[in-house]
Amino acid sequence: MPWHRKHLLTIEELSRAEIEQLLATAGAFRRILDRKVKKVPALRGKTIVNLFLEPSTRTRISFEMAAKFLSADVISFDAAASSTTKGETLRDTAQNIQALNADMIVLRHSAGGSPLYLSKVLDIPVVNAGDGAHEHPTQALLDVFTMREKLGSVKGRKVVILGDILFSRVARSNIHALTKLGADVTLVGPSTLVPLWFESMGVKVSHNLRTALADADVVMLLRIQHERQGVSHFPSIGEYTSMFGLNYTRAEWIKPDAIIMHPGPINRGVEIDSDIADSGRSVILQQVTNGIAVRMAALYLCAGGQPEHVLTPLE
Amino acid sequence: MSDTLWIKNGRVIDPATQRDKVGDVFIAAGKFVANLSAGQKKSARVIDARGLVVCPGLVDIHVHFREPGQTHKETILTGSQAAAAGGFTTVVCMPNTSPVVDNAGTVALIKSVAATAPVHVYPTGCITVGMKGQQLAPHGSLQKAGVVALTDDGLCVQSNELMHRAVEYAQMFGLTILDHCQDDSMTQKAVMNEGVMSTRLGLKGWPHAAEDIIVARNIILSRYTGAHIHMQHISSAHSVELMRRAKQDGINVTAEATPHHIALTEESLGTYDTHFKMNPPLRTEKDRKAIIAGLRDGTLDCIGTDHAPHAPEEKDREFDYAPNGIIGLETALPVCLDVLVRKNKFKLSHVIDLMTRKAANILKLPAGTLAPGAVADVCLFDPNETWLYNTYGAFSKSINSPWDKQNLTGRVQTTIVAGRVAYHAGKILAGT
Repeated sequence: MPWHRKHLLTIEELSRAEIEQLLATAGAFRRILDRKVKKVPALRGKTIVNLFLEPSTRTRISFEMAAKFLSADVISFDAAASSTTKGETLRDTAQNIQALNADMIVLRHSAGGSPLYLSKVLDIPVVNAGDGAHEHPTQALLDVFTMREKLGSVKGRKVVILGDILFSRVARSNIHALTKLGADVTLVGPSTLVPLWFESMGVKVSHNLRTALADADVVMLLRIQHERQGVSHFPSIGEYTSMFGLNYTRAEWIKPDAIIMHPGPINRGVEIDSDIADSGRSVILQQVTNGIAVRMAALYLCAGGQPEHVLTPLE
Repeated sequence: MSDTLWIKNGRVIDPATQRDKVGDVFIAAGKFVANLSAGQKKSARVIDARGLVVCPGLVDIHVHFREPGQTHKETILTGSQAAAAGGFTTVVCMPNTSPVVDNAGTVALIKSVAATAPVHVYPTGCITVGMKGQQLAPHGSLQKAGVVALTDDGLCVQSNELMHRAVEYAQMFGLTILDHCQDDSMTQKAVMNEGVMSTRLGLKGWPHAAEDIIVARNIILSRYTGAHIHMQHISSAHSVELMRRAKQDGINVTAEATPHHIALTEESLGTYDTHFKMNPPLRTEKDRKAIIAGLRDGTLDCIGTDHAPHAPEEKDREFDYAPNGIIGLETALPVCLDVLVRKNKFKLSHVIDLMTRKAANILKLPAGTLAPGAVADVCLFDPNETWLYNTYGAFSKSINSPWDKQNLTGRVQTTIVAGRVAYHAGKILAGT
């Protein structure tokens, strides 16, 4: 099946087959990352602009690495350095980048829906690197990629996502990806940050950590995003940690073969204790490495590459 | 200069006089008359209304004409032209202009421009100085200058004490308070209804409880003081329920609904289209149905458009950053005909009542009837004509409409204001 999409905006709009294609393509690129020479010429001559209008370290570097391993030229800039601080609109900024001959824009933005908006005003592909509390598609893909690496299929597996779900684009993209692939998803956290509305997305909502962890195959922790919350969503970080933080005792409630994930940045001692984050069950750093492969796949396919061209020669 | 007019053979609908049959309407010297003399009939300008509905000019007690200060969005002239094109002959402007209408001078300025507008334009004044919710505006001076109501529209007065004193004080002048019901503490940075859709889209939600709380507060204050409080653009099913109970209890409150809240729901927001972003936000199907039921049983008193123009570049933004509001004057009638008459089996005369007499009565405006002696404001429309609404080429200065480039059924043919033809067949003929 050929790949048809020009943009990667959400997981919600992808079919299950498209998710499989992205993951298979990522699998091919993942093997390149273990080579001595990691560069392939797939996007040679293409210029990718990372338009990051919200702070990011990991995702931005990951997209840069992905672009470079594909031999694309990559330019990254962030909000502080851009004309948006001079009152230029997103449309104008992006159209200028397009006029400067960029072949693709990778957008990180604090406002949900911005990548969709840009995709309508530009002719070049737009890849969503996180939009507000909406979606972070490459994060979900790298998470699923990592789960499969560790567990085989995710179908029928129980995935617990624990933490600040309300403000999390990572949670939303994972919910869409995991439900499409047949996983059983439970969201856990304080009732203010995990409202029951989420049940409409085909997942379970629980406020009981112990029960939820008991039969989990995957425990995915999310950071408490103080910067997105008002004052009213929970009493204090201390209270959060005491009620929902994953410490040594609570980790005992999890099955021994379950994996622990976190999209980062982690706050040690808040949502996760150091000894858990650094334990053998933690796959946090594998997630980061896999992220490069997934982003290579996203950039490659949106630039017009076809899965079969990387799957065959690289196999 | 007004003409002697003989509107012939239309379906004449005037809820105020319970008239609904094919017949004629006569106008002389700017007023309706029971008949014309034989001589007058000879010289009268005859308007053939066969196949058309002839009703009182529509009345909208909730528009934003942006003058003074934001005339890149709309002016009193362009707003009035949009009104005339939509069949409206009387509109009431909100005071959130720049400067805001919290002083007699600004009222005078608006009135001087409004005097040349093609429709009757009435100003409102602010409840509080600068619409800041801290100190009462000079209601007495504002009334003397000509405001017909008081409101801090868009910036609901948060202090219960200040609102209490405002309604008590305004009552002395017989001025109604119009309230945009929103508890700000619950809606910080909110851009759409809180619920299933906001959860899916990852947008900050505006819970309907934030409206319900202020509606309840206003009902309590109205009961306590006896003052009339009007709730603007009710968007929530629970608010409709609160209003129903309040009216059963005989409390002096009224409320309006917008065409968009009866036609659309939050489902329209799936593509982050800013032409569906307004305040209060579009809510759920349950809310939409409850508002229609409220209009049906009289719990809600009238239709108000909340015509809120914004320049294209202001709406062409990330959803979070785009301003709230849509234009509505040129689409209100066909949208209400579609939703209320065609889809919900309201009588045509009922819908006309909601858009004329009942709206005028809330502020005791001299409008909303075809009765002899009344000011001759008339709307003639073809209820069955389907036409393409295109904001380019329409009359509002702005284009922020969710109905842009859609086919609408029900088209205004002629609008008569005080006996003069202000709009006919796509052209503005008066006040230009």
